Amino acid sequence: MIAKRAGVLRTALFYVTISLVALFMILPFLWMISTSLKESEAVMVLPVRWIPEKISLKAYRDLFTISTVVPFHRATLNSLAVSVLTTFVNLASASMAAFALAKFDFKARDKVLFAFLATMMVPGAVTMIPNYLVLRTLRLTNTFIGLVLPSIYNAWALFLLRQNIMALPEPYFEAAIIDGATPFAVYRHVVLPMVKPILASLGVLTFMGTWNDYLWPLIMISDPEKMTLTLALGNLNSRWGQKWELLMAGNLISMLPIVIAYVFAQKYFESGISVGGLKS
Amino acid sequence: MYIGKGRKRKVTITAFLAPTVAGFLLFSLIPIARSFCLSFTSWDILQPAEWVGLENYKALLGSEEFWRVMKNTGEYIVLYIPLMLISSLALAALLNRKFAGVDVYKVLFFLPVLTSWVAGSLIWRWILNHKYGLVNILLGHIGIAGPAWLDDKYWAMPGVVLASAWKDAGFFALIFLGALKGINQEYYEAAEIDGASAWRKFRHITLPLISPTTFFVAVTSVINSFQVFAQVQIMTYGGPAGATQVIMERIYKYAFQFFKMGYASALSWVLFVIVLVITLIQWRLQKRWVFYDS
Repeated sequence: MIAKRAGVLRTALFYVTISLVALFMILPFLWMISTSLKESEAVMVLPVRWIPEKISLKAYRDLFTISTVVPFHRATLNSLAVSVLTTFVNLASASMAAFALAKFDFKARDKVLFAFLATMMVPGAVTMIPNYLVLRTLRLTNTFIGLVLPSIYNAWALFLLRQNIMALPEPYFEAAIIDGATPFAVYRHVVLPMVKPILASLGVLTFMGTWNDYLWPLIMISDPEKMTLTLALGNLNSRWGQKWELLMAGNLISMLPIVIAYVFAQKYFESGISVGGLKS
Repeated sequence: MYIGKGRKRKVTITAFLAPTVAGFLLFSLIPIARSFCLSFTSWDILQPAEWVGLENYKALLGSEEFWRVMKNTGEYIVLYIPLMLISSLALAALLNRKFAGVDVYKVLFFLPVLTSWVAGSLIWRWILNHKYGLVNILLGHIGIAGPAWLDDKYWAMPGVVLASAWKDAGFFALIFLGALKGINQEYYEAAEIDGASAWRKFRHITLPLISPTTFFVAVTSVINSFQVFAQVQIMTYGGPAGATQVIMERIYKYAFQFFKMGYASALSWVLFVIVLVITLIQWRLQKRWVFYDS
């Protein structure tokens, strides 16, 4: 009886602790939501009211209407387009090369692999400037193609996929080849379906990384019409750095799509993180 | 078993490798070489490049700014790494048991990770506001007059660190959680029979057994610490008085605002060398504290 009561108490204590920690972690978001629902004059008022006296959606309306801001629906669509494109290009290119390096035997293979491996040590800061210069020469600055194109090479995704393809059971390949499948058919109908979980994890990771990226679009895009959400937010910050309700409303909108995606695909996000954890 | 025979084999291999090899040449190998060459020139986009030898490197190593940037980064690392390690390990420990609602708590801990650095930094710029920010309001409740944070040259970097640790804790917590789940429960059972306290179990079983993960997290986050950008760009713009200038922020500004491509390239190579050396040192030191249970 006493032991049981102690157990209940311990469980209760555990829930109180973890809930307090969780509250602490999301307090900034609650603060953000609260601010975003205030009228301009109510933002800088003490003592703080967590629930605004008058709930106002003006900040959200302004985001989509003020002409000097990048319109947020535009920026959201841009972010979506860039993230989907980058994810697709990255996965397609990396999985094709991974297939070639896992399932074909050719002389230069190990050298090619080593060259790819070696470039992984060089930080993005080094290639960032020349990449910009190349794309400028190709007249691809201020275009989505220019923004996406460098993701055609991703040594890390390639390695991960190659290791996974090497580990696939041989009989599937033997059966496909006996049936007279072309290499492309093997890639399309044997390899891709079998590495689907790792593709999903990598895809989620790439999508999230692109959606949240700031530095590369900052370098590549200056045309307001083509700005992604992070750029739009950065812009908002430098123009209206003190209009907190506007900034917080923009923040919330920029977060929503990815949070919704996470709630529905928690499994893939988590395996994406554990995959991301291998990246070093 | 390998696929393909005959003449078509080469065509097939080439076709599958083409996008990656093109990308490798265009966006990795050639840029690395080009950046290296650029770092020995005075190119500023307007005037043609002129070979200046080691001038850029000499100038940057001799500048007060570079050493300030290094000091700032050092301060960031010294504050950020312990804060992040402790908080992510604590979050992982909380999640490392079966209880109703574990997924809900995971989502809550993970929200900052999903947020972009830009959005997270904007929230913290507001939270750290001197007068109306949440942090100082809460500190006020317990009778502490909070500093001006991002407007104060001594408190700006700690402010950036707070935001960064908050944003990263959930990510590393998931990685630690994987390690904690991998520990063989028999160790704890044996320790309980010997009457070990919770702290002793943590200190002598948990910590050594997760040390490979701790090592990984430490190496990764030190490398990342040298590449901090968005937090600083959004929260402080490198200020006040250069107190939060960091190396990536400098590279960005030199290259894309002052167009000093040569100097910025030299900076990026210095960054590369620093990251390389630190990784090697950490690799050497791991023998002393990382425990591999084979």
